Amino acid sequence: MARALINVPKAAKRGEVIEIRALISHPMESGFRPDESGKLVPRSIIKTFSCAYNGEEIFRADFFPAVAANPFVSFTTLASASGTLSFTWVSDTGETQTETRPITVE
Amino acid sequence: MAGQRDASRREVLAGGGGLAAALAIGPARAEAEQTLAAIRAFTGEAEVRRGRVKLDIPVLVESGNSVPVSVSVDSPMTAADHVKRIALFTEKNPLPDVARFHLGPRAGRAVVATRVRLADSQTVTAIAELSDGSFWSHTTDVIITLPACAEG
Amino acid sequence: MSVRLSRMHRFAVAMFVFAAIFVCAAIFVFAALGAVSLAGEIGPQDLRSGFLDMSPESRAMQSDDTANPGMLTVLEGEALWRQPAGPNRRSCADCHGDAAATMRGVAARHPAYSPAQQRPITLEERINLCRAGQQKAAPLTWESPALLGLTAYVAHQSRGLPITAGDDERSRPFVDEGRQLFAQRQGQLNLSCAACHTDHRGGRLAGNPIPQGHPTGYPLYRLEWQSTGSLQRRLRNCMTGVRAEPYEYGSPELANLELYLMWRARGLPLETPAVRP
Repeated sequence: MARALINVPKAAKRGEVIEIRALISHPMESGFRPDESGKLVPRSIIKTFSCAYNGEEIFRADFFPAVAANPFVSFTTLASASGTLSFTWVSDTGETQTETRPITVE
Repeated sequence: MAGQRDASRREVLAGGGGLAAALAIGPARAEAEQTLAAIRAFTGEAEVRRGRVKLDIPVLVESGNSVPVSVSVDSPMTAADHVKRIALFTEKNPLPDVARFHLGPRAGRAVVATRVRLADSQTVTAIAELSDGSFWSHTTDVIITLPACAEG
Repeated sequence: MSVRLSRMHRFAVAMFVFAAIFVCAAIFVFAALGAVSLAGEIGPQDLRSGFLDMSPESRAMQSDDTANPGMLTVLEGEALWRQPAGPNRRSCADCHGDAAATMRGVAARHPAYSPAQQRPITLEERINLCRAGQQKAAPLTWESPALLGLTAYVAHQSRGLPITAGDDERSRPFVDEGRQLFAQRQGQLNLSCAACHTDHRGGRLAGNPIPQGHPTGYPLYRLEWQSTGSLQRRLRNCMTGVRAEPYEYGSPELANLELYLMWRARGLPLETPAVRP
């Protein structure tokens, strides 16, 4: 499990636009970087990041090798109801990692 | 610079003359063609117009390894009128695609941010697809300086 | 690939240009002052963290705990703090409890004199001595995610506290050793640390401002590395930069240099985990 940092407000008013920030540890090996012997280190990146709000996808990002190591993304969503925000990262080899955060909406 | 480009390519991006001109700022034809092809894959046959998109990226950057980028689009983000996707393209990276973001009316606002790698000083382009099928862009030049005492 | 080549090429050109400029500057200064060494100390009022020499974007990255990649290393350390190790399955937490309380101030006064070792030791060495002595576990390798994590986690507990390392009597001879290392010319480019970081502080090298070189935020996330690294990694980069053979990780030279650098920075607040280009 890679370390991840997620910033979500714990509470929000209904209809408020909230900002979400997510950062995960990953080298995002581009496939264009040579090692000490000069051979290219094979590509190994996170390909997709998505956020679901009470089960419904509200945001998705497709990453290419040009996304910086330890990929960071910031986006917004309307605070619609109390419940759970889930964050999923999928690598180019199919590995997934999901983190969740609760949210209270008045 | 734009005058050196094929007339046919300019027709293909008819109306997006600003975008073609911006992408034409660069030495190698191959790079610009690759970038245009990647943009094509995102926009299809649609015309790409300048405006409504604001690409926020520092003009001068200390390290090409991690460049903060923010894209915001002027849009009410309602069911009838919203941003569907935002894509980032570079001109001189080995691959022109950088990232694509999928939004929708639940976003509330059309603003995304991330950090990208830039292989060299170059032009970065952000293109947004709106719910009415139109495409809008903003292009900026970035200069990369080199941190001294690198490891290599 | 092309990325690596162009960077190396530009780095070589940059160092060449800098060397050329420096030779000219040195000739001018030597002629003007007739001095052999210009390595004086920076006054306490003029101490300036490299944080201020960065772009606003990099400063913002450091200041936001959810955008700072160094915080991922701190998280790693937080998990390791509670992880049992060695035959008796003891974790750091078993002896030291809540790090926020017990580790507060520790990094700010390291490297610290160790009576057992009869010399100042760095925080990494301190952690490894605990692992061997108290946990009876294998030491952690330099620059391993585990050692970086624990060091970053412990150092993070001193964030905001002023650096106090090297201020005691027993450390004095080792601070002097470090000062000599800082002031001596080395490498094919025949430059001392002081030549850039004291004498040319605030100047520019390859388009970037020359910081005073205070180790206020280690272990830190260096954009150049695309990862977190220790002060010793950075010092070895500097030595490679002047084309000198770097001292080994864990060497007494690097420990003394670390001690001198922290003493030179005393009063500045710790920033761990910092972000630097």
